[in-house]
Amino acid sequence: MNANTASNVTPIGAAVRRKEDHRFITGKGRYTDDLHRPGEAQAYFLRSPHAHARIRSLDTAEAAAMPGVVAILTGAELAEDKVGDLICGWMIHSVDGSPMRMGSHPALAKDTVRYVGDHVAVVIAETLNQAKDAAAAIAVDYEVLPAVSDLAQAQAEGAPQLHEVAPRNVVFAWELGDKDATDTAFANAAHVIPIDVVNNRLAPNPIEPRAAIGDYDSGDDAFTLWTTSQNPHLARLVLSAFVGIAPENKLRVIAPDVGGGFGSKIFIYAEETVCAWASKRVGRPVKWTCDRSEAFLCDAHGRDHITHAELALDPAGRILGFRVKTTANMGAYLSTFASSIPTYLYATLLSGQYDIPAIHCHVDAVYTNTAPVDAYRGAGRPEATFLVERIVEIAARTLKMDSAAFRRLNFVTSFPHQTPVIMNYDAGDYAASLDKALELADYAGFPARKTEAERRGKLRGIGLSNYIEACGIAPSAAVGSLGAGVGLWESAEVRVNPTGNVEVLTGSHSHGQGHETTFAQLVSSRLGIPMDQVSIVHGDTDKVQFGMGTYGSRSGAVGMSAIVKALDKVEAKAKKIAAHMLEAAEGDIEFKDGRFSVAGTDRWLGFAEVALNAYVAHKFPTSEIEPGLKEGAFYDPTNFTFPAGCHVCEVEIDPDTGVTQIVNFTAVDDFGVVINPMIVEGQVHGGIAQGVGQALMESVHYDADGQLVTGSFMDYTMPRAENLPSFRIGLTQTRCPSNPLGIKGCGEAGAIAAPPAVINAITMALGTEDVSMPATPAKVWQIIQAWRAVAQAAE
Amino acid sequence: MYAFDYQRPSALDEAVALLRDLDEPKVLAGGQTLLPTLKQRLAQPGSLVDLSRIPGLSGIERRGEGLFIGAMARHAQVATSPLVQEVIPALAELAGMIGDPAVRNRGTLGGSIANNDPTADYPAACLGLGASIVTNARTLVADDFFTGLFETALGEDELVVGVEFPAPARAGYAKFRNPASRYAMAGAFVAQMADGVRVAITGAGQGGVFRWAEAEEALHADFRPESIAELTLDASDIMSDLHGSADYRAQLVKVMTLRALVAALR
Amino acid sequence: MTSISMTVNGRPISAEVEPRTLLVEFLRENLHLTGTHVGCDTSQCGACVVHLDGAAVKSCTMLAVQADGGAVTTIEGLAPAGRLHPMQEAFREHHGLQCGFCTPGMIMTAVDMVARLGTELDETTIRENLDGNLCRCTGYHNIVKAVAAGAHAMNPAALAAE
Repeated sequence: MNANTASNVTPIGAAVRRKEDHRFITGKGRYTDDLHRPGEAQAYFLRSPHAHARIRSLDTAEAAAMPGVVAILTGAELAEDKVGDLICGWMIHSVDGSPMRMGSHPALAKDTVRYVGDHVAVVIAETLNQAKDAAAAIAVDYEVLPAVSDLAQAQAEGAPQLHEVAPRNVVFAWELGDKDATDTAFANAAHVIPIDVVNNRLAPNPIEPRAAIGDYDSGDDAFTLWTTSQNPHLARLVLSAFVGIAPENKLRVIAPDVGGGFGSKIFIYAEETVCAWASKRVGRPVKWTCDRSEAFLCDAHGRDHITHAELALDPAGRILGFRVKTTANMGAYLSTFASSIPTYLYATLLSGQYDIPAIHCHVDAVYTNTAPVDAYRGAGRPEATFLVERIVEIAARTLKMDSAAFRRLNFVTSFPHQTPVIMNYDAGDYAASLDKALELADYAGFPARKTEAERRGKLRGIGLSNYIEACGIAPSAAVGSLGAGVGLWESAEVRVNPTGNVEVLTGSHSHGQGHETTFAQLVSSRLGIPMDQVSIVHGDTDKVQFGMGTYGSRSGAVGMSAIVKALDKVEAKAKKIAAHMLEAAEGDIEFKDGRFSVAGTDRWLGFAEVALNAYVAHKFPTSEIEPGLKEGAFYDPTNFTFPAGCHVCEVEIDPDTGVTQIVNFTAVDDFGVVINPMIVEGQVHGGIAQGVGQALMESVHYDADGQLVTGSFMDYTMPRAENLPSFRIGLTQTRCPSNPLGIKGCGEAGAIAAPPAVINAITMALGTEDVSMPATPAKVWQIIQAWRAVAQAAE
Repeated sequence: MYAFDYQRPSALDEAVALLRDLDEPKVLAGGQTLLPTLKQRLAQPGSLVDLSRIPGLSGIERRGEGLFIGAMARHAQVATSPLVQEVIPALAELAGMIGDPAVRNRGTLGGSIANNDPTADYPAACLGLGASIVTNARTLVADDFFTGLFETALGEDELVVGVEFPAPARAGYAKFRNPASRYAMAGAFVAQMADGVRVAITGAGQGGVFRWAEAEEALHADFRPESIAELTLDASDIMSDLHGSADYRAQLVKVMTLRALVAALR
Repeated sequence: MTSISMTVNGRPISAEVEPRTLLVEFLRENLHLTGTHVGCDTSQCGACVVHLDGAAVKSCTMLAVQADGGAVTTIEGLAPAGRLHPMQEAFREHHGLQCGFCTPGMIMTAVDMVARLGTELDETTIRENLDGNLCRCTGYHNIVKAVAAGAHAMNPAALAAE
C-alpha cells in the first residue's frame, strides 16, 4: 500500500469529525427562514379555534383594507384555481376488501373545519405583524359542531362524524396474520398474558419550526419552493401530480439546511402548498414561518394507539401465539403516509426478536377532531416494540422467570427467519447484544444497588428492552403490493471532475444525520481520495434528478448503496480508460488505494490522472468509450434491514414526589456495518432522549372539546439535559446481507427501544404493571399512594 | 405582538406621570413574562414604559439588620450578590433558581412581584420573610401586597421601587419545578424571624402565594422537621391541572416545606 | 418608529425600528445575522441566546429598543473572522450538534456558563445550566461533553499553551 495515498483516505469505520459542522458552529447554516426573496410578502394562517365547525360565512373586507395587506385567500380561491386536495399516499384495504375512507383534505377549508388549527384563510402582507393584525380582523361565523377528540370514543354510537365517506369515523379495519392459527395457539396455551396499553400521542418538535417560501417566476411560468422538507422530490411529485400546482418540470423544490425532522418534515402540508400557489396568485414571493405554538397545532403528531393484546405461552414459557387489537388515531385528515404507520410499519414488527409461531393483529384506524397523526421517529415500530417488550416482561414476571432468561428462551436464533407477519429477518444475534448490554449495565450488580437505594428511601428498578425494527423500507415491488403509492429505492450520481475531485448527488436528505461526512467517507475510502475532495449535494430537485428522501433510517442502507452502485460504474469506466492509457488489457487493470495499476507490474496511474484523461479524451477511442466520468444509479433493496439490540434502563424513584430519575441507561445495538461510530452513537443518544421523553414526560393532550391543552413548551414537557444521564453505548455486529455495505440503519433505534426499557424499570420499582406513559411524577406518586392504601388496608 | 408606543423615562416621577397620562400603559421591567404574553397577543397595551434607565432602581444595600433591594435588580444580580449571600442566603438561592440563566440575566425583582404570577418564586420570599414593598407612594407589607392571582395592591400609577427584606435567623427555600414550564409547582419559603416562623407557599394556591399557618405554628413551637412530619395541607384551595392534582400539589407543598426547613437548618 | 444604536459584534449600528421589534428580529431581519435562531415563542428553547453586555439573554424575549446603547455578541461574532472559539471547536470535536439549529444558542449559553462558573465544569453543573436550552437531536450527551471540554479549553493556561 502506498502510504502517501492511504494517509489521505478516510476509511469506513473511522470516527471522523463532521464536514458540515463548520457552518453550523459559526452561525452560517442556511435554513429556510434565513433566506429571503426580493419582494417577498409574509403569510399568516388564520386557524380554526374550534375542533369541529361549519363556516357559515367568512368576511375578509375589513381585514383586506388594513395596512400592508397584499391578499387574503380562502378555500374559495383555492377551488377557483382548481388546486387539488392534500393526499395520503399509501392505500390500505379493510378486511372486507374495501379501500380506506379518505376524507377530502383541502389546503384551506372549504366549508368545514375539523380540528383546532385547521386552515381557514391565509393573510399575505408586507410584514408578519401586519398579516397577524389583519387576520384578527377577519370575521368568521362558525356553527360549532360536536367534536370527538377521544380516540376511545370515536367509533361510539352517536359520536360526531368527521367525514361523510367514513361512517363511524372508521378509515379502515385492517388485519394481518393468521387468525385461525393464532386461535389454535391460544386454545393450547398453558398461560395467557393479557395487556392493555395506550401509546401516548407525541409532538415531534424539531427545534427548527417548519417554513416555506413560494416564488413564482412569470417569465418562465415556473415555481420555486424553498421548504423544510426531508424529501423535496416527493414534495414536488405530490404538488405536481396531485395538488396540481405546476408540472414537475415547472416546479423546483429546495430543502436547504433543515433543523431536524424526526418524520414531521416528510409530509406535504397545507402551508407550503399555499405558499407555492399564492406566489402566483399575488405575483410576489410568499414566505411563511411556523411559530412553535402553530407547530403544536398543525405539525403531524405521532403514535396515539389504544391496544389490547394477549400472549399465549406453553408451560415452560415458550411463546405460542400473540393476538393484538389496536385502535389507531389518524386525526382529522389522513396525512401523507398516515395509513402505513399503524399497519405495515407496526403489525409487521409484532414478532419482535422472538420465534412466535402464530400472530394475528387487527387495527381500526379512526378519525378524530385532532391534528393529523403520521410518522414520528420510529413510526409504528415504537408502538410495536412497546407492546411486545411490555407483554414479554409481564409474562416473565408472571411466570417468575428472570427477564433476560425468558427472552433468551424465546429468541429467534437461526437466520433467515420468516415471521408470521411478513418480515423475513435476514441476520442477527440477539443473545450477543443482550449479553453485552447486561454486562455494560452491570445487571448482576442490580440487587445490591436496589438494596442500597432502599436504605436511602428510594425505589429502584431495572428494565430490559430487546427491540427489532425494519429499516430501509423496500423492495419497491413488495411495498407496492402492500399499497405504497411510491417506490422506496434511492438514487445517486457520482460526478468526477477533471481534476479528480468528486461531487455526489444523492436523493437522500440530511437534516442532522451527517450525510456530508458519512457519504464522503464512503467515496473517500472507495476512490482513495481525501474526504475534502468529495462534496455531497442534496435537497434540490434541479440538481438531483429524483430521490426518495430521508426517513425510516434508510439513508445508509439504501442511499449509500445507490452511491456504491454508481461508484461501481465509475470504477468500471475509469478502468477502461486507464487500460488505454496504460496500453494494457482492461482485465489486467486493478484499482486499489486510488491507483489504477497493471496487474503484476509497477505501472500505475493515479485516480486524478485518469479523471483528467476521461475529460480531455486524448488517449481512448471515443467511438467505444464516451468522454467524461459521471455515473448514476438507482438502488432498490432486496429486503428490509433489521437493526436490533438490547437497551437497559435503571431508575430510581423518589416516593415523596414521584420523580423518576434515570440513573443508568445502556444501549447495545447491532446496526450491521458502521460507517462512522461517532455519528452512529449520536443518533442513538438522540433516539434514547426521545424515547425517554415518551416514557416519562411527553404527551399531547386535547380536552373533551378538542382544545389542545399542551399547546406550547409551557405545558408540553420536552426532555432537558437535567432529565437525562450520560448513556453507556455498545455495539455488536452482524453484517446485513441485503445491501452491499452490510448496513442496517441506526436513526430510530433509541426512540423504539427506550420506552419499554424505562417502563419495565418503573413497573419493577413500583411493583405494579399498571403504569401508563408518560410516567410523570404526579402519576407515579398517585400510583404509590394507591399502593400504600392497599397495603394499609391489608394490615 | 400588537403595536405599542415605547417610552423610556429617565426619572421615577416621569414614569409615574406617563403611567397616569398614557392610554393603556404597561410597565416594562425585565420583560421575561411580559414579552411572551405580548408575543402571543394576550395583552394589547397602548404603551410600554421601560424602567431600565431610571437611575437608582437596581441597588442592593444593607438596611438595618436586613436588605433593601431595588425593583430593577436582576435575578442574577441578587443570586450572586455577596451581600445577599451573607445576610439572607436563602434569598440568593431562590433568585438563582428562577427560570434559567438567560432569564435570570433579564428578569427583575420588581417585575416578578408586580406581576404576582401564582407560580413565581419571589412572592414566596417576600411573604416568607415578611418583607415590605416600597412603592413611589407608600410602603406595604407583603401580606397586604399580594391580593390574588396576578393581582397586587398596586394602584394604576404606582410603581414598585424596591423591597425591604428583614434578615431571618434562619431561612430556606425549596421548589418543585413544573416539568414543562419550569415554574414552581410548589415552592416553600421557610423563615425563622425574630417574631415567629413564617412559611410561604407559591405555585400551588388557587389564590396565589399564601402562608401555611399550621406549619408556621408547629415550627414556631419547635423548628425541626419532626414538628411538621405529620401535618397535611388541606387540598381544597390548591390548584389542579394537567401537571398535577390538588392532592399531589398538597403533597409537594409538604415535601418542599420539609426540604426548605432542612435547608434552613443547614 | 424609534431610533436605536448599539454595538453588534464590535460594529456600531444605528437604525429605526418599530418598538415591537424583537432583538432577534432586528438581528436576523435588519442585520442579516441569521445564526441566531427562533425555536419557540415562550422563552424556553434557547436557540436565540446572544450576549448583551457580556451576559446571555434570550433575544426573542427582549425588544430591540431595550438593547439600545448595549453591546451585543452573536454566534457570528464569537471568534475573530477565520478562527474558531474554543467552545465552537469543542462542539465540533465532541459531535455536540446534529441538525445545528439549537447549536448557536447552546454555544452562547456555554460561553456564558464559563464566564459565570469558571472553566472546570462538572456534568451536573453543565446539565443544570442548560436548563434554558432545548436540543431534540443529541440527547445532550455530547453537548455536555463538548461544554466541559470547551470550558476547559478556555482556561487561560490552556489558551496560553495554544
